[in-house]
Amino acid sequence: MTQYTTEFGALANYRKGGVMPITDEPRRFVFSNIFEVAAKSRPWERVVVGKNFEYTIEVSRTEGTSPWYTAAHDEFVLCMDGAVEVHLIKLDDPDAHVDPESEGAHVIDATMPEGRKMGRIRLRRGHMAMLPVGAAYRLVNDAAPGVVIYQSILGPVSVEKWAEICQH
Amino acid sequence: MAMVEAAPGQPRISNPRGLPLQSAFRTNPADNFTGYRSFKAGSFEFTRDEYFAHIRWPNGQHTMPVDAFLRALMRDVAWGFFYGTVNFDGVFGTTNYYGEVEMFAGAMNESFKAAKRDYIERFKSDQLMRIFKEMIGDWTNQGYDPFAAPMETGVPWGTKNGDNDPAVTRQRVTAKRMVGLPGDTPRRTDANGFPVNRMFADVPQDEPEVEVEPGFEHEVSAFNLFAYLSRSDVTWNPSVCSVVRESLFCPTSEEFILPVEHGNDRCEWFLQLSDELIWKIRDGSTGRDTATIVCRAGDICCMPSDIRHTGYSTKRSMLLVWENGSPRIPDLIREGKAPTVAVQF
Ligand SMILES: [Fe+2]
Repeated sequence: MTQYTTEFGALANYRKGGVMPITDEPRRFVFSNIFEVAAKSRPWERVVVGKNFEYTIEVSRTEGTSPWYTAAHDEFVLCMDGAVEVHLIKLDDPDAHVDPESEGAHVIDATMPEGRKMGRIRLRRGHMAMLPVGAAYRLVNDAAPGVVIYQSILGPVSVEKWAEICQH
Repeated sequence: MAMVEAAPGQPRISNPRGLPLQSAFRTNPADNFTGYRSFKAGSFEFTRDEYFAHIRWPNGQHTMPVDAFLRALMRDVAWGFFYGTVNFDGVFGTTNYYGEVEMFAGAMNESFKAAKRDYIERFKSDQLMRIFKEMIGDWTNQGYDPFAAPMETGVPWGTKNGDNDPAVTRQRVTAKRMVGLPGDTPRRTDANGFPVNRMFADVPQDEPEVEVEPGFEHEVSAFNLFAYLSRSDVTWNPSVCSVVRESLFCPTSEEFILPVEHGNDRCEWFLQLSDELIWKIRDGSTGRDTATIVCRAGDICCMPSDIRHTGYSTKRSMLLVWENGSPRIPDLIREGKAPTVAVQF
């Protein structure tokens, strides 16, 4: 039987494709590579690589400990390279940290937000976790840098730098 | 622009062409020689023989190899007419207006339109769906699965020979919040009938370690998405795995050819999760070739709302299709209130 090798990308090892135009313009396809974007960004910077109206896909290089975040809606995180630990706290007063009408992830400026410990999740490549509304979360990776993507909404910590990251 | 008025409280159904609804449907008895039924929806007639599906309408006819036709019909059925236009090929297809649907011949084809030979009829979605489901059921033979890659299934050719209802009546997976949450779509395992695909035998099957404090079992949750996708028994069938309001992550496994040319009515993002997929991009209304895109693991790009796309994947690959399910978008784009591209920079 044929042996197949599944190719996943990594920070240190990815093969970027691209748009080959006939009559269309490459920039209309907003083409980038998440590993390249993560490699060229600061640790935990949440760079928007996909945007559909208010909704985003954001990519971060995981290196050390992230700030605490919270949002007025669910978010999801998918580990694309390396391993990362997710810490979750049920906030005593979520509205004190984030307007319930607001969108996107917000940083909580505290070493340990007030609330009850919900649990801890250890993600490796391909694993997805929910970042539930009403919770504070942080990500920790003390091993070699890795990459995560978030399914979220454009907010105060979302960084847009399309001209830098996209083929045009 | 003429619009159909919907019942109060229901979202308005757009009808930009101002077409009346057709309500005549007919299923004919099986043909004495081929054994297949023929079908009629409005003025469109569908017949199949050993090799081909034939479509006839008042001023024209069209023929497709039956394998390609069944693979396309299967997606149109499974997706509930999906988003925007599902071109079965360069001639025949459907356009979804979410409650009502247009079926067309040549309406997305430059040559048909220039000669004014394009033909369109409009139906209630549930009524056309009923006849499409009968058609896929009757025209699919035993041993053939229109969802499967060609190397993984039998052949569709020949006269009527049994059926494959379990394959053609699969439900599209739609998680309400996230796969694996209590009460939501379950993970795939050997035990529930989803073995690892032969091309994903090397994909790690480990699950994340989840430590939950008592009382938070419904909120602290994670699963191995790549393992989940390695166990998909279908190809080119995006299924909702996680939901942020109208933001839908619809990952899918892809092998061989996307059986339709999808002309979305909104922008649609692709994040290639593994391996390589080649996209063929054509103009949405004329079908002219406009670009080729090579996507490898980690590449992300967006299809503008004015194109159609089909894709090729030799090694079975994992693709994250990302949709915005907002019902407002197609009208915003038609009315010029939203751009045809997702990001301008
Ligand atoms: Fe599509």
